[in-house]
Amino acid sequence: MKVIKIDKAKWASGVSSLQGTYKIIGPAVDGDAHNFKELAKGEEPDFNFLNTKLSPKSIVFPQSEKMLEYSVDENKEDHHIMKEVKKDYSPRAVVGIRPCDAKAINLVKMNFDTDDYKDPYWLKLYEATTFVGLACDKPCDSCFCTSTGCGPYNEEGLDILLKEDGASYVAKALTEKGETLLGAAGFSDAGDEAAFEAGKKDAEAKITSSVQTDKLKDFSTLDLYNADFWEDLSFACLNCGTCTFACPTCWCFDIQDEVKGKDGVRVRNWDSCMFPLFTMHTTGHNPRGTKEHRVRQRFMHKLKYFVDKYEKGIMCVGCGRCVNQCPVNIDIRKVCDVMNNHVPEPVK
Amino acid sequence: MEAYTEKIREISERLLKDGTVEAVIGYRKGSVENSNEPCIVRSSEKINDLVWDSNCRINLANYLTNRKDKVAIIAKGCDSRNINTQIIENKIKRDQLFIIGVPCSGMTKKEDSSDLQENCKVCHHKNPVVYDELVAAEVEETKVDRYEDVKKIEAMGVEEKWEFFKDLLEPCTRCYACKNACPLCYCPTCFVDESKPQWVGKGMDPIDVRTYHFLRAYHCAGRCTDCGACESACPQGINMRHFTKKLEKECFDQFAWEAGLNSEERPPLDTFKLDDPQTFIK
Repeated sequence: MKVIKIDKAKWASGVSSLQGTYKIIGPAVDGDAHNFKELAKGEEPDFNFLNTKLSPKSIVFPQSEKMLEYSVDENKEDHHIMKEVKKDYSPRAVVGIRPCDAKAINLVKMNFDTDDYKDPYWLKLYEATTFVGLACDKPCDSCFCTSTGCGPYNEEGLDILLKEDGASYVAKALTEKGETLLGAAGFSDAGDEAAFEAGKKDAEAKITSSVQTDKLKDFSTLDLYNADFWEDLSFACLNCGTCTFACPTCWCFDIQDEVKGKDGVRVRNWDSCMFPLFTMHTTGHNPRGTKEHRVRQRFMHKLKYFVDKYEKGIMCVGCGRCVNQCPVNIDIRKVCDVMNNHVPEPVK
Repeated sequence: MEAYTEKIREISERLLKDGTVEAVIGYRKGSVENSNEPCIVRSSEKINDLVWDSNCRINLANYLTNRKDKVAIIAKGCDSRNINTQIIENKIKRDQLFIIGVPCSGMTKKEDSSDLQENCKVCHHKNPVVYDELVAAEVEETKVDRYEDVKKIEAMGVEEKWEFFKDLLEPCTRCYACKNACPLCYCPTCFVDESKPQWVGKGMDPIDVRTYHFLRAYHCAGRCTDCGACESACPQGINMRHFTKKLEKECFDQFAWEAGLNSEERPPLDTFKLDDPQTFIK
């Protein structure tokens, strides 16, 4: 594993020199917060941020993505044939993704890249992307990544881990893709790996918020599903999509045909288990007909079904976005602890 | 504010103990800074969960729609007007409610606790217009120009207006927090969720995003109390009140109407009168 030292004075020109080969996507000021966007030539990723308001999951999983196009105009030779929409899959690098968001992309990959099914759209974007992480030395108050199997220096899902170290950055190449990018940028001075160890310890100590997840696996699904706490936990919920859209691990989508005249496109849009339409049957019956059902589903998926199915811990990386952005302050940390500490009624 | 909390707890405990109501809808302390969580309290053991401070932004009338039980609800001026609107629109009956009125000095912004919400800065009905018991003496109402911001937009040229609205809605992710926080938005199936036929596309096409916002606003015309729940709920910081306020101003100018001041009079767009102004017919 190569460790490279990058003088901050050479950082901007190095990143800029990549722009012939890679599209550079980085954090930038967007209204009252930061978000990831494609940077213009010479524009530097703005590292003066805690985390972005929206997660970078949209880089590989756009909120609205055209998949196929077609025409039913019989005057056209290729009418009634579904064709893949041509898209740009040229190399790109996300520079400054936080370790929690990178781990989240790995979690989402479990859904889009399986032995049985490979999602071509997601995978093509994923494979075109080099993930350059930025270690989190200043976590937010609501971060709880250290108790979700992640952490401010977590390397999962990253090709490079960067760390600020005074007047320089230290970069650890974690994959071949990462080494290639560092080489292309002309960064080659040897760095010291020890900077990561010390930084990691300090950063982890700053994360004071946590969740308890140790007992989730042991419950029978129905003990949690039928528990009496859901009314209280879900009462405030507005059933908006804020938590699911902000969440880096929420992967659900809907597919729609949008037709104008005789031409159409098949589009994939983010969907949300908070929306009634998500589970509406064509009969009009909705198996998750109340908000209590929908809130329960979201948390059972993240904190029980996922845990049981994949045996990789919870489907949450502790980024805290849902905690901060929920308009009615429903807090996954509290929900997780209530679930974990549940005492099922004894069987009569 | 502590006195308000104490009084709310005292009234709530009495109502639950003597069986006047089955539950109290209020707020409990939130887990993040400048936040509270709407909650339902069913037993006196949970009374001390109830709190009151300047973070009670969400309009609790939103939690009344189609309830069958008898509940107490804590209501600021705006919430009380939306309770009236829910009564007028047959979403709840007055005799199902015990309204604990809160004279309100305004809610503060989540991102800046020293700054009042924009709607609160121009509020003309700080005191509940309907209640069964008040938690404190009424506060003084202030009169300011409610529509200064609307007038600024009205004065813009067509192009400028278009750019303004385009920029305003650009950050929208269509999470629908605005409509779901709104005590007026209770249709069993919202038009955005209709699929037979589907009225509006579900993607991020700007035309679909704008259609959603414009239509939502029109559905609120003559009913909106400018409680600000939509704006405070928006995770993207969009001020969609520009739309509802313009319509509110129209209703005020045309019909001298302010929504929800009593529970008898139906909103102007819901009725027809021979002497309705017809200046819009050219």
